[in-house]
Amino acid sequence: MKPPKFEYHAPSTLDEVIALLVRYDGDAKVLAGGQSLVPLLNFRLARPAALVDLNRIKSLAYIQEHDGHVRFGAMTRQRTIEFSPVVARRLPLLREATRWVGHLPIRSRGTIGGSIAHADPSAEYPAVLTALGGEVVARGPKGERTLPPADLFETYLTTTLAADEVLTEVRLPAMPEGAGWAFEEFARRRGDFAIVGVAAAVWRDGSRVTARLATAGVGPVPTRLRACEEIVERDGLTDAAIDAAARRASELVEPDADIHASADYRRHLAGVLTARALTRARETARG
Amino acid sequence: MSDRWIGKSVKRVEDFRLLTGRGTYIDDHPPVANVHQAAIVRSRYAHGRILRYDVSKALAAEGVVAVITGEDVAKETKPFGVGVTAPVHYYCAATDKVRFVGEPVAVVVARDRYLAEDAAELVDVEIEPLPVVIDVEKALEPGAPVLHEKVGTNLAGHRRLVYGDPDRAFREAEVVLRERFRFPKYGSTPIETYGIIARWELDGVCTVWSNFMGPFIMHPLTARVLGLPENKLRFIVPPDIGGSFGIKSSIYPYIALIALAAKHAGVPVKWIEDRREHLLASSSGTDRVAYREVAAMKDGTVLGMRYKWLDNVGGYIRSPEPGCSFRPTGNFVGPYNFQHLEVDASVVMTNKSLTGPNRGYACGHLYFETEGMMDRLAAKLGLDPVEIRRRNLLQPDQFPYRTPTGGYYDSGDYPAALDKAVRIAKYDDLRREQAKARAEGRWVGIGVALAVDPSVSNMGYVATALDPQFRAKPEYLPKSGAVDSATVKVDPLGRVTAILGTTPQGQGHQTIVAQIVADELGLTPDDVTVVDEMDTFTRVWSISSGTYSSRFGSVGTSAVALAARKLRAKLVEYAAHLMERPASDVEFRDGAVRPRTGKGPSYSVKDLAGRAHWNTESLPDGMEPGLQATAVFGFTVAKAVDAEDRVNSSNTYGFIAEVMAVEVDRQTAAIKILKYVTVHDAGTIINPMIAEGQIYGGALHGLGGALYEELKYDDDGQLLTGTFMDYLVPTASEAPAEIEIDHVVSPSPLTPLGSKGLGESSSMTVPAVIANAVSDALVPLGLRITELPMTPSGLWELIRSAQRRP
Repeated sequence: MKPPKFEYHAPSTLDEVIALLVRYDGDAKVLAGGQSLVPLLNFRLARPAALVDLNRIKSLAYIQEHDGHVRFGAMTRQRTIEFSPVVARRLPLLREATRWVGHLPIRSRGTIGGSIAHADPSAEYPAVLTALGGEVVARGPKGERTLPPADLFETYLTTTLAADEVLTEVRLPAMPEGAGWAFEEFARRRGDFAIVGVAAAVWRDGSRVTARLATAGVGPVPTRLRACEEIVERDGLTDAAIDAAARRASELVEPDADIHASADYRRHLAGVLTARALTRARETARG
Repeated sequence: MSDRWIGKSVKRVEDFRLLTGRGTYIDDHPPVANVHQAAIVRSRYAHGRILRYDVSKALAAEGVVAVITGEDVAKETKPFGVGVTAPVHYYCAATDKVRFVGEPVAVVVARDRYLAEDAAELVDVEIEPLPVVIDVEKALEPGAPVLHEKVGTNLAGHRRLVYGDPDRAFREAEVVLRERFRFPKYGSTPIETYGIIARWELDGVCTVWSNFMGPFIMHPLTARVLGLPENKLRFIVPPDIGGSFGIKSSIYPYIALIALAAKHAGVPVKWIEDRREHLLASSSGTDRVAYREVAAMKDGTVLGMRYKWLDNVGGYIRSPEPGCSFRPTGNFVGPYNFQHLEVDASVVMTNKSLTGPNRGYACGHLYFETEGMMDRLAAKLGLDPVEIRRRNLLQPDQFPYRTPTGGYYDSGDYPAALDKAVRIAKYDDLRREQAKARAEGRWVGIGVALAVDPSVSNMGYVATALDPQFRAKPEYLPKSGAVDSATVKVDPLGRVTAILGTTPQGQGHQTIVAQIVADELGLTPDDVTVVDEMDTFTRVWSISSGTYSSRFGSVGTSAVALAARKLRAKLVEYAAHLMERPASDVEFRDGAVRPRTGKGPSYSVKDLAGRAHWNTESLPDGMEPGLQATAVFGFTVAKAVDAEDRVNSSNTYGFIAEVMAVEVDRQTAAIKILKYVTVHDAGTIINPMIAEGQIYGGALHGLGGALYEELKYDDDGQLLTGTFMDYLVPTASEAPAEIEIDHVVSPSPLTPLGSKGLGESSSMTVPAVIANAVSDALVPLGLRITELPMTPSGLWELIRSAQRRP
C-alpha cells in the first residue's frame, strides 16, 4: 500500500495551481484534506503524475456571510464548520450534517471543497448542497464560473469540473430565522458512509411552508426530492403529509445495491428517513 | 499472607509505554544493517494454472536486488506438513496452481517498500483461469472444480465420531428437532499486521524476527520446510505484539517465504504485511454449514445430539486446521449432561483464503448452533430458555466431570453462574418489560447462552482428525501435551527478574507475573522485572509453547508460580543452614525466612541474595550456587486421543453464562442492545481489571462476527470486503452502552494458583446470545436466526419475506 511515484507541488497562489493543472493536462490531482485521495493513491487506484496541494493557499479557508448566503473557502476544514458560530446560526443543517462526517481525525483534515469535489454520493455535504440549493465556484484558465449542484454532480465520484478547473468556494443560502432542520442518516456503524442519508429543512412564512429535501446514498448523485417537498408545501407539515412525502421518496429514488444494502432496503430507508427528518425538522422549526 | 497481590487490579506496567507510543513492535525493531524490503506478488485469480513467469522487467527495475517465484519455492523448499492424510501439497507460495485470490506467487526484494511495490507490478505471471468454487456444499457436488488433483476431491478430511449410542437416543426421543445454520468467515484484525525480518548468518543460521505467537510446533515445521536443522533456525519475538487473537499463529508460511527471499537476495529482508494483504490472505475462522439435530424428552431432558459440519478451510488445509472441527472435541457437549452424540465433520477446500485459529477457535460456531437448538427445544416444549438449560446443566457434584467425548472438566458450578446472570439481568423483570413492549408492537427479545470455555489446548487433539486405524499403526507416534516454562532469579541486591518463554500480544503478562512472584517471595510487583522477548536459542520451550488458546492464565502462570516456589524453597534451605536449624524449623513469611516459633534472626531475600552471590562458601554442602529456578509445568491430564476418539482437548475449562436483551427497530431492522450481562467462571482471578478487559474485548469480537464482520466473496472468488470501508469492525460507538460483568470462582484443582484461561471468553457466546435474543424478538413473525452476520439489510429482507408469508 505505497503509492507509485508522483510529482508534488505545493503552490501558494491559485494562479499557480491553475497553471500546474494546465501543464499536467488532466494528469494531476488536487490535494485538499487527503481523506479520500491519499487512500486511493496508496491502493494505486489513482495514479496521477502529480499532486497539486492546496494546503499552502491560506486565502482558500474562510467562512463569510454575504447577501443572505454563507460562503466557504474550499479549504475550510469540516472541524471548523462544526464549531463555527456563523454556521450554527445560519446553517444549522450543515452543522448537524458535519457531525455525521467520518470521525474526529477525518473532520480535522477533511475540507468542504474536497468532500464536494470528490462527489461521493453517500457523503453528507453534497446532499446538503443539493437540499439547500447552493452553488459552487470553480476557477480555471478562462476565469470563474458558478454551478448549481445539478450541473456539478455527474455520477459516482465524477463532477463536470474540467481537468484544469479547481473548486474554490461553496455558497449556501442562509436558512431563514426559525427554520427547522434535520439530517437523518443510517449507516452500519457510526462514522461510515451513509447507506441512506436525508437532509431536510423547513420553514414557514405565514401560512406558506417551504421544504428542502435531498438524499445521500440512493443513487449515483445526491437527489433533490422536489416532489416530496411539494407535498408538504401544499398540505403543510401534518403527519399525513409527512407520510405521503415519505412514500413518495421511496418511489422517487433509484438506488443501487452493494454489499451493505439491497436496493429495496435503500428505497425503504429513503422513506423511513424522510419521515424522520421531516418530523424532526418540524419539531425544530419556530414560528 | 494477608496482603496478597493476586486478586488486585494492579495497573498494567505495559500501558505506559504502549499508550505513549513507545512499545517495541516488529516494525520498530532496531535497525538491521543493510535490510531490504519485500513486496509480495499475489494472485488475482481464485483458481488457475500457472503457465509462465517473467521477472526480467522487475529485476531490471530501480533498487531491486532479487525476485523469487513459485519455481524457486518448489525447488528449494518442502511443502508444509498438514493435519490430514490427504496429499495436500501446501508450499509457502503457489507452485503449480493458484487456489485463492491473494495467494503469494512471487516476492520482490528492493531497497525500499515503494520500489518493491513498483517492481511487483512488473512481475508477469501468466495464469490460465480455472472454474471457481467458494461454497462448501457446491465444492462437494459431483463435477465441482477440484482444487488439488492429487487429492481428487475437495474433501480434505472427514470423520464420523460416535459417542454413546446416538441412534438409540434418537429412537427413544419424544421430540426431535432439526435445523441448518451458517456461520460466517471472519478474523480478528489485530491493529498490528504480520511482520518479519529474516537474516542469514555466516554460520548457516537463519535468524527470523517476527511477531509469531506460537504454537512453537510451527518452528520445527518451518525448519523442515527450509531444509534446516532446528538449531540453525532462530525465532526471536519482539517485546510487544499488537494483538493477535489467534490470527498470528498462521504467520509461519510467510516466515519460510521471506527467509527464502533473504537467501536469494543475499541481504536481510523485511516484510510488513499491509492491511489489504491482511484482509486478503492472512487468516480467519472457517465459514461453516451445520446441520443440527437434537433428541429430547418432553420434560426437556436432552438425550443426544447430531452435528453435521462442513468447514471451509479455503484453498489448502493449513495447520493447525482441521482444528476448526476438532479443537473443541472434549467440550463438544458444552455444559450439558447428555451422553449420546454423533459428529460428522467434513473439512472442505474451496477457492477462499486460508483459515486457522481465531479467538475462541471453533467454539463460536459450536455454541451458536447448540444454544440455538436449546432455544428451539424450549419453544417447542413451551419451556422458558433458562429453565430448559437448568434441566440439562451439569451439577456441581459431578465435578471433576469426564465428558462422553473425553473432556475432563476440572471444576465448576454451572447452575450458580447461570443463576447469577439471571439475577443480575433481572430476568423476570425483563420478561415483563418484553411482554409490555410486545403489546405495543415493539420487537424486544431476550437471549440466553451458556458455554464451557476451554483453555490451554492439548496438542493431542489434532490427531482426532485421523482415523483410529491410522493411529493404531505401529509407526504412528501419539501426541499430547501442554507445557510452559519460566525462570525466576534473584540478583545480588535482592531484586527479582522473571524470564518467560511466552509471546504476549497485549495480555499483560509482565503485570501478572510481577503479581505472582511478589506474592510468592513477599515482595511488591515493582521489585520484579519481567522479561519476554521469546528467543528459541535461549529460552526453554517445547512444541506447545506460545501464547494462544488462553494458555497464560492457566499454564504460564503455573510455571511462574512453581519457579518462584522452587526458588523460595532454596532460600529457606539456605537460611536454615545459616541459622544452623533444620529447614523444618523455619518458614518464609513476610518477605524473609524466619523461625517458625520463638525469636531468632531472620533473613530477608535481599540479605540472602547478597550472601549467596558474594560468598558461595556459605552455601550448604551440595547446594547448587546461584539463586535461580526454572520450572516447566505440564498438565498430566493432557493425554493422546484414545481408540474411541475421546480426548481431553483442553486442560482447564471455565464457564460463561450470558443474558442479553435487544430491540429490533421495526423500520430499519437495526439491532439495539438494551442489556447485556456476562458471568464467567475462570477459577482464581489474578487481576480483575485485566480479566474485565479480556471479557470486553471478547464480547466486542463476538459482536463483530454476529453483526458486522465478514470476509465475503463473489462467485469468481474475489474478496468483496477487502478494506476497512467494507470489512466492518465494531468500534467503541458500536459497543453496548453497558456490559455487566461478574464472576463465580471455582478454582482449578489442576493449577497451583487455581486459575484458568479467560482470553477467548465472550467471543464464543455473543454470536449465540444475540442470535437468540433477536430470534426471541421476532417470535411474533415466526422467525428464527440461522445465519450470521445479521446485517440490517439482510434482517430487513428476512422480516419482509416473513411478513409476506400467508
